[in-house]
Amino acid sequence: MLRILNKIRQTGLITEDLPRDVVLEQVGAQLRAGIARQFQGSLAIRQVDAGSCNACELEIHALNNGYYDIERYGVHFVASPRHADVLLVTGPVSVHMETALLRTYEATPAPRLVIAAGDCAACGGEFGCSYASRGAVSNVIPVDAVIPGCPPTPLALMQGLLQVLEET
Amino acid sequence: MSHFDWLSELLARYQDERVLVRRGSARELAPAHLLEIDAEDWGRAAQVAAQFGCRWAGVWAEQHDDSLLISAALAYQGDHLLLRTAVPLAAPRLPSQTPYYPGADRMERHVQDMHGVVFSDHPDPRRWSRHNRWAPDRYPLRKDFSVDNAPLPAAPEQDYSFIQTQGAGAYEIPVGPVHAGIIEPGHFRFQAVGEMVLNLEQRLGYVHKGIEKIAEGRDAHGLARLAGRVSGDSTVHHAWAACMAMERAARITVPPRAQALRAVYAERERIANHLGDIGAICNDVAFAFMWQQFARLRELWLRDNAACCGHRLLMDCIVPGGVARDLSAEQVVRLRSAVDPLRRELAALYPILDDHPSLEDRLATTGVLSAEQAQRLGCLGYVGKASGQDADLRRDHPYAPYDRLHVPSPLFQTGDVEARMQVRMQEVLDSLELLVVLLDTLPDGAVQVPWQAPAAGSEGLGLVEGWRGEILSYVRFGADGRIARYFPRDPSWFNWPALELLIHGNIVPDFPVCNKSVNGSYSGHDL
Repeated sequence: MLRILNKIRQTGLITEDLPRDVVLEQVGAQLRAGIARQFQGSLAIRQVDAGSCNACELEIHALNNGYYDIERYGVHFVASPRHADVLLVTGPVSVHMETALLRTYEATPAPRLVIAAGDCAACGGEFGCSYASRGAVSNVIPVDAVIPGCPPTPLALMQGLLQVLEET
Repeated sequence: MSHFDWLSELLARYQDERVLVRRGSARELAPAHLLEIDAEDWGRAAQVAAQFGCRWAGVWAEQHDDSLLISAALAYQGDHLLLRTAVPLAAPRLPSQTPYYPGADRMERHVQDMHGVVFSDHPDPRRWSRHNRWAPDRYPLRKDFSVDNAPLPAAPEQDYSFIQTQGAGAYEIPVGPVHAGIIEPGHFRFQAVGEMVLNLEQRLGYVHKGIEKIAEGRDAHGLARLAGRVSGDSTVHHAWAACMAMERAARITVPPRAQALRAVYAERERIANHLGDIGAICNDVAFAFMWQQFARLRELWLRDNAACCGHRLLMDCIVPGGVARDLSAEQVVRLRSAVDPLRRELAALYPILDDHPSLEDRLATTGVLSAEQAQRLGCLGYVGKASGQDADLRRDHPYAPYDRLHVPSPLFQTGDVEARMQVRMQEVLDSLELLVVLLDTLPDGAVQVPWQAPAAGSEGLGLVEGWRGEILSYVRFGADGRIARYFPRDPSWFNWPALELLIHGNIVPDFPVCNKSVNGSYSGHDL
């Protein structure tokens, strides 16, 4: 136990401020304000992999590590679409995931935002449309915003999220 | 011991069993050997190979005019042998190899769904990769099936007959395809009594995005990009396997510096994923401290990737003929100097992992896969190594640059979650050691040779030891340097079925940690 406490003390606080060179600091404040205004201070995201290669998921995971610690803005990931304000959808929509994505969308209470994260979700990416893929998420459900990248970095995901709230 | 010195003995067994085999050219698919077999002997050929002790390593088909060419890969002591036969397109029947190799079950069903091969004696002929979105008499990988064929209307897949259970107190838990966390989709059907799991059945294929079909007609660089997205966490290893297959088909030798840089990327990918997994295993038993520590180390590691290699996950770093870009002297120094700080961090964290009673209580004896089960399924990577399967291509049949390196490979016998975590812990240290040697002895010179497409019909086999285990990639070229066939066989094909076995008798709440300890790729398997 002492070793654990010692390691925690040595590690210290690692959470980073968003880079100062961009407008992000301002947007960061707006994010918190936006979430406070629109979502009572708490934004619940249900992430849906609709056919991704898993790279987007790895970077979405990283949002929860100490450096990004996205919960500090009131953003948290939830298990049920019924608890969600936002669907964060990755991947080209595989035809085998189409029904599950539609059902998840229908299970999310309105008002709901849909964000397509990553190039595949935005436009079909490397996979496009085929017998097995419906391509962009917007081919299947209405999309409010896209975050490009293959995969988008954690910072790009945060920026994208901030932008969505700014615009809605 | 030299390679393939066991082959004459296997051929003698075939002769004894009256299985007619014809030796194919040893050059075409080098370093693999090719044996041509009559279709009716296909099952018995597997039976003899299984008795001989070969591991089964994959099956795929390709259409040539009015026949289907079927290839099955076998492995023995790190060498690979391809069995090949042909069946007429009009009546594509073939004896199943699954009765002798249970690990062949799903891949044969994939060939059945994608090419329409009927495997007689298959113990479970239900569809696998098809989820009712294309007609049962249409086969996407046949030439008469257009890549932009419109899918059938979306509808829940209700007619798939899952294994049923009956009895007092037995109940069923359906999970997925949309899971509770940030994780790939798939369906798990549990039967349980109280907290104990009686049976688990997996239904995968939800992220099938037609990778094999859309590979057709791409050029070599386009295939490398696609291969890098077969499984996003294995982008380096899948791209390497695909490029190796294409380069062998084209008889192109990659310059020494590019070979070394590929291994640098590969070992960095292994370390990044193992760090993430160790933390995630701890998180699944509520040891949040360790999860945050390893997530922190992984993040720092990925930032070095971005700074030195141009991409956090190293996508598109490997290209046909070499690597996309060189490392500068400063970047080499930065990657080299990241090794010792990580070692120091691990030297502080590993003793806590090794010596934390509540962690041991959850991980030891949980999710046990016996050596016999692992051997029968052909389990690979950390799943195999945790259950006594001592195989690592980097050591057993080293490809450049591993042929000049000493590659240790950890081996455990207990087959539980703890052993699968211990393999990862040791492999991180071993990979750091390899990185030191690779970076300290980085050859000078070019990092790419110009790509030159081979003649139509040329084929190649790529084999690399991914962080999940052996990846096998098959490539055949068509006209104008375009890809005619690409089949990437992820190790997850053999490790997913292991999860169905190792969960027996465990409690439902231990499923997440058991699943994480196996960490199969959905995308890499569903294709």
